[in-house]
Amino acid sequence: MSQAAVLPQQVATRRWRSGALARVPYAVIALYVLVALIGPLVIDYDPVRTPLPDRLLAPGSRIASGEIAWLGTDALGRDILAQIVYGARTSLGIGLATVLVACVVGVTIGVVAGYSRGRLDAVLARITDVLQAFPAILLAIVIAGVFARSVPVVVLSLSVTAWISFARVTRGVALSLRERAWVDAARVMGVPVRSIIVRHVVPFTVGPVVALATLEFALVVLAEAGLSFLGIGLPTGAVSWGQTIANGQQYLETAWWISTLPGIALSLLIINIGILGDQLTARHGQRRPRS
Amino acid sequence: MVAVTRMVVRRLLIGVFVMWGAASVIFVIVRAAPGDPAAVFLGPDADKEQIARLTAALGLDKPLFEQYVRYLGDVLRLDFGESYRLGRPAMEAVFERLPATIDLTLTATAVAVAVGLALGLVAGSRPGGAVDRVVSAVTIALQSFPTFWVGIMLVLTFALGLRLLPSAGVGTPAHLVLPAVTLAFPFTAIVARLTRSSVAEAMREPYVQTARSKGLSERQVLLGHALRNSLIPVVTIVGLQMGALMGGAVIVENVFAWPGLGSLVVDAVANRDYAVVQAVTLLIAGVVMVLNIVADVLYVRLDPRIRTEVAS
Repeated sequence: MSQAAVLPQQVATRRWRSGALARVPYAVIALYVLVALIGPLVIDYDPVRTPLPDRLLAPGSRIASGEIAWLGTDALGRDILAQIVYGARTSLGIGLATVLVACVVGVTIGVVAGYSRGRLDAVLARITDVLQAFPAILLAIVIAGVFARSVPVVVLSLSVTAWISFARVTRGVALSLRERAWVDAARVMGVPVRSIIVRHVVPFTVGPVVALATLEFALVVLAEAGLSFLGIGLPTGAVSWGQTIANGQQYLETAWWISTLPGIALSLLIINIGILGDQLTARHGQRRPRS
Repeated sequence: MVAVTRMVVRRLLIGVFVMWGAASVIFVIVRAAPGDPAAVFLGPDADKEQIARLTAALGLDKPLFEQYVRYLGDVLRLDFGESYRLGRPAMEAVFERLPATIDLTLTATAVAVAVGLALGLVAGSRPGGAVDRVVSAVTIALQSFPTFWVGIMLVLTFALGLRLLPSAGVGTPAHLVLPAVTLAFPFTAIVARLTRSSVAEAMREPYVQTARSKGLSERQVLLGHALRNSLIPVVTIVGLQMGALMGGAVIVENVFAWPGLGSLVVDAVANRDYAVVQAVTLLIAGVVMVLNIVADVLYVRLDPRIRTEVAS
């Protein structure tokens, strides 16, 4: 039933892959990465500097210093383009760190549980049952909210549930591999379990894990934006899309651009990661994770 | 039916275990959090002696294990203590906010199922066609937009621009429209994708061919035969998505100042009101768990094929 859920994208993907369209997500994501890496070196932005004469300027306006604010300014006179550029760094950084943590933890647990089965596997199943009792974003809100504001706490709060899908997918792969001939051969030859797992099982998880990591990355970036929209987690002074969108909410009537533009930046990124993830998922025959 | 009863009992036992685990997770998080709960409760003006007295009264000077056992007892009695900010039992405040969240999530579910079924049906009836491709693009977009931003954009368009609907708060049914539609966005996509693939699959089944060859119109085939079978997975996915829906509600409620559990819990987290945090998170976990079980049972009841599978 859920395997069937990927079909619309698979059909679309097959059609797109032949054309240049299939490469669009790569180009868009590369652009975001470039902006996140280089943008802050080119554009200066200080969240504490609030030039009030420049406040609530529409996109394309000239600010007091004579420069043009291409995407306008917010209620404190801060440039929106700069906030989007710095926000890209925050989002991509936290997304990458969280997916890395979740991937390492999830793959390790999943492979070991799938390979050894038995009690360890049952314990894993119960742990995921408990963690999934909470909506992932609620658990992240509680964890990121009660501890001191910092980037590592945000990464931790998002990783707490993100590792589960990695564990589930790699567990499945490991479970099917442990009966295969080359694994049996290695076992008979007395290869230590750890080496069997690392040399003969883990390499087969790479494809599905990469596909999953792409989709998880999109979910994590969305969740982080949600946290910073609620004003939870990130230290004051950090720049993030969710925060800029929240700041613009009370000025919607006079300055639509504050909330609208960072949201477009965020949506475009997520759409392209989603398409890329669906392409990779179709190629590696793993299903899209739920929620 | 005996088999189904056995399944329900098994699921309930797992559910009890899961609730114990969930309560323990919350206990660990709250205890690991920095700051003295008694000091938070009394506020910045309290002196040392007052704090010490309250610490003793709350049992916070006891060994951790004793506190844990006492906490589990409190959870069983649904007693999470006083909320220091609201000045009354946390559970009372939570139950007061619950109906607003139920209204919001139920309406959103109805919207998502109605729109998602329609989209999935037109897309799935001709897989690969132009409509299918458009629906596929729409579902990707629906799933990718951050819900809080969707909410703000809807406010910008329908409340501030067209002046059709209120932008926030409660009162009339019109107040419910924008929050419910916002919350429905990603779930519409999920329902549409699922319906599309199961309708597309059903269209290849022999019974659909039979229906066609006995002269039914394409419309009758779609609605009477293909859709009917596709509804079963939709029931399950709606049940399974309840957790994500509740999570979405937490964010959407904050966009629209909707007085439900979501705005309550975010406020409580920001102010270290642990009594309310515990009450809301465990109530949501409990509701999600019960709904998951209900969806599982419905699934088995609705599909005779699975019913035999469970029985055997």
